[in-house]
Order: sequence, then structure tokens, then C-alpha cells
Amino acid sequence: MCLAIPGKILTREGQTGRVDFGGLIRQAALDLVPDAAIGDVVLVHAGFAIQKVDLSMEPEIAERLGVSC
Amino acid sequence: MNANSRILLAHGAGGRLTHELITSLFVRCFDNAPLAALDDSAELTLPCGDRLAFTTDAYVVQPIEFPGGDIGRLAVCGTVNDLATKGARPIGISAAMILEEGLDRATLERIVRSMSAAAKEAGVELVTGDTKVVERGAATSLYIATAGIGVIAPGINLSGRNARAGDAVIVSGTLGDHGITVMNARQNLGFEGDIRSDAAPLNGLVDHMLSAASSVHVIRDLTRGGLATALNEIAASSGVRVEIEEEVVPVRNSVLAGCQMLGLDPLYVANEGKIVAFVEAGRAEAVLSAMRDHPYGRDAIRIGSVVSGEPGVILKTPIGGARRLLMLDGDPLPRIC
Amino acid sequence: MLMKNSAGAVAALRRAPEFAREVLGDIRQLSERACRRTGRDTVQIMEVCGTHTMSFAQSGLRGLLPDTVRLLSGPGCPVCVTTAADVDRTVWLAHQPGVTLTTFGDMLKVPGSTGSLADASASGADVRVVYSPADALDLAAALPDREVVFLGVGFETTAPLVAATLLRACETGVRNFSVFPLFKLVPPALRAILAGRSHQNDGFVLPGHVSAIIGLAPYSFVADEFGVPGVIAGFEPFDLLEAVRLLLNLVTEEPARIAIQYTRGVPSGGNPAALRMLAESFDPCEAVWRAVGAIAESGLAFKKHLAEFDAARKFPGMPACDAPEPKGCLCGAILMGRALPADCRHFGTTCTPETAVGPCMVSSEGACAAAYKYGFTETSRWKKFGRPRKEATAP
Repeated sequence: MCLAIPGKILTREGQTGRVDFGGLIRQAALDLVPDAAIGDVVLVHAGFAIQKVDLSMEPEIAERLGVSC
Repeated sequence: MNANSRILLAHGAGGRLTHELITSLFVRCFDNAPLAALDDSAELTLPCGDRLAFTTDAYVVQPIEFPGGDIGRLAVCGTVNDLATKGARPIGISAAMILEEGLDRATLERIVRSMSAAAKEAGVELVTGDTKVVERGAATSLYIATAGIGVIAPGINLSGRNARAGDAVIVSGTLGDHGITVMNARQNLGFEGDIRSDAAPLNGLVDHMLSAASSVHVIRDLTRGGLATALNEIAASSGVRVEIEEEVVPVRNSVLAGCQMLGLDPLYVANEGKIVAFVEAGRAEAVLSAMRDHPYGRDAIRIGSVVSGEPGVILKTPIGGARRLLMLDGDPLPRIC
Repeated sequence: MLMKNSAGAVAALRRAPEFAREVLGDIRQLSERACRRTGRDTVQIMEVCGTHTMSFAQSGLRGLLPDTVRLLSGPGCPVCVTTAADVDRTVWLAHQPGVTLTTFGDMLKVPGSTGSLADASASGADVRVVYSPADALDLAAALPDREVVFLGVGFETTAPLVAATLLRACETGVRNFSVFPLFKLVPPALRAILAGRSHQNDGFVLPGHVSAIIGLAPYSFVADEFGVPGVIAGFEPFDLLEAVRLLLNLVTEEPARIAIQYTRGVPSGGNPAALRMLAESFDPCEAVWRAVGAIAESGLAFKKHLAEFDAARKFPGMPACDAPEPKGCLCGAILMGRALPADCRHFGTTCTPETAVGPCMVSSEGACAAAYKYGFTETSRWKKFGRPRKEATAP
């Protein structure tokens, strides 16, 4: 019922960050993930990061996002 | 509410409703063989026996400029591509410009220069035209209506009706680039990075394909409605069953991410510089390598085959499943669930 | 899809058809074992979330599952469960002078009794599709002379976003912004399903992204009170394969419990920051679910300090009338897992995506839309789902 896809945080300024979804970059609100930092992978739903993601079991997605695991 | 009683935006979206409107109204009332073929351009025979391809198209894209192209480049490329998919060499294009009162002169000049550049690239000239200005609000900045004429060389016979069992199905490159780019610009989605329209004239690429083999049966440019809709049209026209492998359909990561974010299927997203071809299987490799020699065909790949069975399009999924792929239904909209 | 930018394909074991075959083999064995225990011929699994409904269909997985596993679609599509009366109120809002109505694209074509937001737009209302509530707030800041109303549909995943957006509005002093809250909550709907006399669910595939917010605890009553297991699942085909296998294991286990397959995105505690935001912004309230009816504490109402952002207060005089559900439409029974799309006499005849009668066909992720779009293949299992008409009851 809720589309969300993982992306890597490139920059964070306060509550707003730029997130890289494998070549596609969009601003995302980080209000709901106060402890997420640059380089972290987050699930983004409707422009808001809703959760940090652990991609250690998903090499394909990790590679697409340029995250080493 | 009866969806058939009024014209909806979906009637212009290039999907099932568009197809229904064309077949149930236009084809029925105008009633002639070149139109009924429902190819991208009509084939006309001159008294001397030479064959012409003749096409017309209207361009209303918003916004009129976007990464990788603009409405002018789109108009020229779209017209050239409609001729090229019949294997025709374009010899002349017309353009009717419908301008909104108050349109910025500099904008118009940019669009016209872009048309000129695209025509030069395609090796065709814009030989006639018309200009109309409508009151502010009666159009949005500018619309372009084009027509194009091309010559079909003897021996070339490309039509959506020519697909045969055993044919290889080939696409010329990545899908969805144009649609996502324009949707991003139109809806202010805020996407940056690796997305740009693929608008390109493909007559050079088609020349490469046809010189490599006379065994090309169908070429179709993949515009609104995307690959899924084009395959359905061809399957219906030829009365064949098409099977494609989801996993080999090429899509740029950035475009795939955009599609996933917006709940869209790249198989239904528009392109303006991509074709699908049906080719005799034995010659598929030769055609592919000819395509890859051309800048607009570098990512060409075989995505499936024509198989025996009931007409339709089947998508085989990476986990070994299969499902029917239907025409586009309605107008794709960004969604969050 | 082929990744064109990948430097080289990583050996993604779980994407391979061999992996699917192996898990499907397990699913067959486990489901047969469960059937022997229950004496019934299928294990009935409800996928609560509409995105799961679509993933099952789109990946072809629905057609690969053995006959001993039957999938039922649940109420987890916010578009499907928004009532016609609420759509009418939204259309009314869009027509108020000075209003710019912003909505997710999902809601644009959903018909109320007097047409949809798309129809309202065609007749002159200012309706705009946004991707994010934050974009709606930006629009309000850019259009100070307009009243920007955001249509707040969604579940626990989406509601915190809207709460965060309102906090931003408070901080930046944007006052020409309001939200029409139509949020729904998942656990109360599950309770309503389980409390129904005729529920036939052996287990639940639970929504991954709702759970990314709420975590595991809010579902524990499903297992503890009703003895039904559940698995919180991701959305990739391999996620669904693993989730179904895990769920079939739980079906034969005592006592019933809730487990997480989607561990990469769902910590068992959910997202504490988002939960805090929810608790500080909303109070649970009764909500009416389309074709289902009122469910206690299944909606969200703004707390007092946010009341100024409530579009229902800002624009008094909202019509109250309730439109009846279309005659013979089985959406209510379908949303509650008591009937399947093919049971409905409208399905595929008078009801198609372009001439939708009920909400499950309107939404692109509704159970009927999925069945219509993906159902008619040789590998389709919808035909096998056909049950005697008398079992399916209209709400």
C-alpha cells in the first residue's frame, strides 16, 4: 500500500537531504530519521525517509546505489 | 458515468482507449486500406509504381523544453521516425506552428533552431509550413503539427502485420527515458541526475538494419504507451503471440528508480528515440550487430520471440513466472501506493 | 529489468529462477502438510497490502504458487478504502473559492457519487498532483493568495509524513495550508477481519512499509488473541517467496506468532521518531472504510494544537450525505477476504479499470484491478479461485 525505495544519503542539512537512488537524485525530508547520516541507506516514501535500511543481504541493490557491504 | 460518452485525456494517452477511438471511429469512417493498416505512416503507390510513406503528427508536450530535447526536436524526430519505421527515406517535412498570443520570441527561436538542427541530423528539410496565433489561453505556449513524406525503396516491406512465428524481438536501447524526464518536468517531481529524453531521429539506424538484412519484418517506434502497447498492437495486427523476458529488457537504473518511486511500469512509459523490431531469427545477430554500430542502437538487445499460440503478449518474469502484458490502460500518473 | 549502469552483474542468488523453484518446492510441501492437519484443501493467506497484491501478480508469483495456497487480498489499499462520501467531500473542497487541492496521483480518478477529482479539475477546480506532502507545503508557500489543501490519504506509513509537514508549516509560519485527514490504521482493520464470524485466514502477509513505522508489537494480538500467524514481508519477488514459506512454517507451529521477513527495513520496534510524531499529532478515531463500514479507532484525527490545519474545520459546511455502494458490488467482501474478484457479477463485464463500479477496480493496486490486469493467462490461478456464488455475500 505504500511504495518506498532505498536510496543513499548524499548530503544532510538539518531535516533535508539529497538522496541518490542509483543515478536518480532527489531531495528527501529526513525529519523521521533523526540519526541517519551521510552514506546511510534509507527507505523513502512520498519524499520522506521513513527508515534506515540494512543492505548487507542485498548485494544487487547495494551495488546499484554504490554502497559497499 | 459512461467512459465512452465523452473524450477523456486517456483517449490521447496512446493506450487502449486511443486504439479504440481510432479503430471504432476514424478507421471506420475514413474507411481505406492504407489507414486500416494502422502503421506509423500510410503507404501510397504512385502511378509509376514507386511507393511513398506519408505521415502526420501533432505535438502538444508540456513543458515545451526539457532535458535532452524540446517540442521542436520531438516534432522533427517523431515525423522522421514514423517514416523510418516503414523503411522510407524521408524527403520532406512540413510544420504548422500554432502559437499562443504572448509567447516569448526568444523561446520560439530556440525551438525553431532545435527543429532545424534535428532536421539536419536526420538529413531532411522542412520544406513548407503554416503559422497561426491563437488568443492567450486557447493554447499553451505552442503546438506543432507536422507531416512527412518518404520514399520506400523497392523490395522493402515493413508493416505491423508482418510478424511471423519464430521472429526475434529486438529493442534498440533503454526504455522509459523520455517519459520519466517529461513527467519530472511537468509535475515538478524534483528528480535530478541521470535522466534525459532520448528524442532522436532513427532513420540512420533503420538504414543500418535494412542494409544488414532483408529479413526485418516489423519496425515500430516506441512512443506513448511504451513497449507493452506497441507489442500488443503488433501482436493484434499480425495475429501472433509475442513472448518477452522481463529480465533482459534494458532500463537505465535512474529511470527504473523513478518508475519504482512513482509506481510506474517502464514497459508502459514513453520513448522518443527507440524502436522495436521483429526480425527473422536466423538474421537476428547480424541485425543486432548492425544496430550496435549506430550511435542510437548501441544498447540494442534481443528481448524475446514470436511463439506459436493464441495472439497476445506474454511477459516471462525473472523468477520463472509468466503473465499477460496488456495495452496501457488510461493515463499513467505518479502515485505513492 | 536489466541494469544498464551496473559495472557487472553481481551474483544475486535470490533472484535466480533456481531459488524460486527451491522455495516453491518447500511451499508446496509445507502447504500440503498444513492441509493434512486442517483437513481443508487450501491454506488461505491474506496479503493485507495492495503493493503486495501487485507484486504477487506482477512477478508472476501468483501463478506459480501451488493449488494448496490461496491468496486473499486485504484492505491495504488506501484508495480502495476511501468512501465515496469522502471523495464527494474532497471534490466539494476542491470547488471552494480560492482553494488549490493537492493530492497523490492515486486519488485523482477515484469516483465519488458526483464524479472524481479529475472531473472537478476538468470543470475548473484547481487540482494538482504532488509526490510528497512536503511539495504541497512548498506550493502553499509559493501561492500565498491561495488556500492549499492536501488530501491526507494513507496508512501509518504516510500519516507521520503529514504530521512532520505540519510541524514544518508551524515552524515556517505558513498558514494557507491545511490537510483533509482520511488516514486509516491497519491493525484495527485486521481485528475487524478476525472478529468476523466467517473469516477464513490461516495467516497474514503483513505490510512491510507500514511495519517500518509501527514495528511488530501492534500485530501481536493477531497471534495471541486469534491464534493466526503473520509475517512482515518485503516487496521483491524473493521477499514474497521467503515470506510465504516462513508463514507456512508458522501455520503449523504452536503457539502462533508474528515474524519479520523484511528485516532489512523493519526493526521490531519500528521507527520511534515517527511513532512519537504520530502520537503527538493525532488521536485515534472511528473511521468509515469503503464498502466495509465504520471501524472503531481505525482513523486519525488531529490533536487540538493542530486543529487550525484541519481542512474540515477551515472549510465549514462540508456535505455530510453518504452515497450508497453500487448494487451487487462485492468490494466489501473482497477487502475483508470473504470473496474474490471473480466471484462478483460485475467483474470484467460492467466493471473494468476504465468503467470501474467498485473501489477495488478503481485503484491501480486494488484486488480487482490486479485480477483484471494480470489475471487472464494460462498460468492464472484466478479461475481456480472461482467459488460457488452463494458463498460470496454482498456487504
